[in-house]
Amino acid sequence: MTDAQAGGSVRSAGRFGLWLGQNWALLFLLLEVVLFSVLGTRFLSLENLQNIFVACTVVLLLGMGETFVIITGGIDLSVGFVMGFGAVTCAKFMVLLQAAGLPQGASIPLAAVICLLIGLIPGLVNGTLVARLKVPPFLATFGMYGIAYGISEIISKNTPISGLPSAAGVIGNEYLLYIVPRKMVTFLIRPQNITRLEMRSMLAIIPIIVVIAFIFVGIFSFVLRRTRFGRHTYAIGGNVDAALRSGINVTSHLTRIYMISSFFASLSGVLYVLKYVTGRADAGSARMLDAVVAVVIGGASLYGGTGAVKGTIIGALIIATLETGMVNLSIPYHNRYIVIGGILVIAVLIDQFFPELVGRR
Amino acid sequence: MEQAMLEVRSLTKRFGGLVAVDHVDLQVYPGEVVGLLGDNGAGKSTLIKMVSGVHHPDGGQIFFQGKEVKMSIPMDALELGIETLYQDLALAENLDAYSNIFLGREMTKRFLGLIKVLDHDSMREESIKVLERLEIEIPSMHNQIKLLSGGQRQAVAIGRSIYWNAKLLIMDEPTAALGVQEQRKVLDLVRLLSSQDIPIIIISHQLYDIFSVTDRLVIMRRGKKVAERITKDTNPDEVVGLITGSEEVERKTQPR
Repeated sequence: MTDAQAGGSVRSAGRFGLWLGQNWALLFLLLEVVLFSVLGTRFLSLENLQNIFVACTVVLLLGMGETFVIITGGIDLSVGFVMGFGAVTCAKFMVLLQAAGLPQGASIPLAAVICLLIGLIPGLVNGTLVARLKVPPFLATFGMYGIAYGISEIISKNTPISGLPSAAGVIGNEYLLYIVPRKMVTFLIRPQNITRLEMRSMLAIIPIIVVIAFIFVGIFSFVLRRTRFGRHTYAIGGNVDAALRSGINVTSHLTRIYMISSFFASLSGVLYVLKYVTGRADAGSARMLDAVVAVVIGGASLYGGTGAVKGTIIGALIIATLETGMVNLSIPYHNRYIVIGGILVIAVLIDQFFPELVGRR
Repeated sequence: MEQAMLEVRSLTKRFGGLVAVDHVDLQVYPGEVVGLLGDNGAGKSTLIKMVSGVHHPDGGQIFFQGKEVKMSIPMDALELGIETLYQDLALAENLDAYSNIFLGREMTKRFLGLIKVLDHDSMREESIKVLERLEIEIPSMHNQIKLLSGGQRQAVAIGRSIYWNAKLLIMDEPTAALGVQEQRKVLDLVRLLSSQDIPIIIISHQLYDIFSVTDRLVIMRRGKKVAERITKDTNPDEVVGLITGSEEVERKTQPR
């Protein structure tokens, strides 16, 4: 072997190491899937894989907002309870509008829209505190964490809200496509008049909830990658003074960033209501940890300036796969917190000691 | 007498109890290169940050092209045509070269005829052109700023400030981080721009630079303007004396 060849192979080994380091999250996800497929039962079935996507929607949506916030160098600790706030507001309005005599087709979407609008308020408050009044993001959103939870408990009178329009659960639990082999294919509506045997062989493909989540993820991913707004988000995280002196209105930009975060939290609350046909103040309580973990696993630095939606999707899938896999193996649920907390610490250590690995977008 | 491009009257800025800039008057005329001199903490940077909209004056007025202007954010200054090259360069290290040159004023195109999206190709081409004017090569427009050398960073920062056809250019320590060769290019650029009638305020500790490019010198000490000299009528010794305060010569020279 000549020197040049030796140098080349050392370099390519180094490059491979770098690639490995930069894509450790993706590899970790694959490892999880392989592990659970080998150890679990029917883990790779269509049904179970779709369950993973359903399980990841909450973390993914909260993580989306968190991605924007973390890229600017901030953090939003309130997303879990803002989600709960969204869930109870949405459920409450569904009940109220139904009581006011509105048909289900009107009361459900109207309640969702009202909830999403009201859901911007926590973000406006967080953003104003952080951007205008220079409160550290950690403290401002920690305050909102408590406030949102308290208000949600008042709205729900400390009990899950019930008596919602029955059609709410249809959107949250139905699929885009149903296939009864050798008989019929239907969109959105579950096939009627089929035998029990046919029912068992029926394939339900792509949960509606996942479609809704990914539509919003797609839109905001586009905003982050392709628009001036996205570019300014990275600039603020990279060097806030540079952003300021380049004429970017940092105050209003940051305010909007925190509103995006609380929008996603509320959206997550709406989807919770559609899925479980109830509204609870603690609908997303522990999910704040998951959201931050998903974003950090996805390669965002908590020091700001880096991060990408692609990474957050992988991060959310890692958490959802872990959850689903642990259920499959009948491992007690509380163990997930230990594992996810551990992953967060590892991801942060990688960020701290190998910054070159996270300098990607 | 020709109208001043920039005139500040009695401009004052306080930080708590400290008077950083104390009733300073200054005029800059078209095509003129004015050197702003003073020791560290003399108030030079604070003065120019008021002109570029970063700081808000606590007193005094700013006139640009004869009209009084009030700037609340840096974009106001940029829109007037006041471009500033900051001492710390003010670059976003996580973004690439052309994104920094166009930061805050990105070129866009329509996506599907509807949404405005970043026009990376145009920004990259324009950036290559403006950096060619500076004759400083950047290995790749896609490299993040943190991967560039001091001189290359400086080139990006200068490129950003000259791209927009400035009516007034403010340069805070433009040669500080540069090698000899690159310093000369920057000074040539200053001469070129002033020959195109663009006035320039230049802050520098390098007296050689100052004497080789400026027409007039304004010297500050502890927030106050202590002297003003026509460059060719003075010498480095006198200027050093004025900066340090060892030479209290009150020889008022009228500009023009």
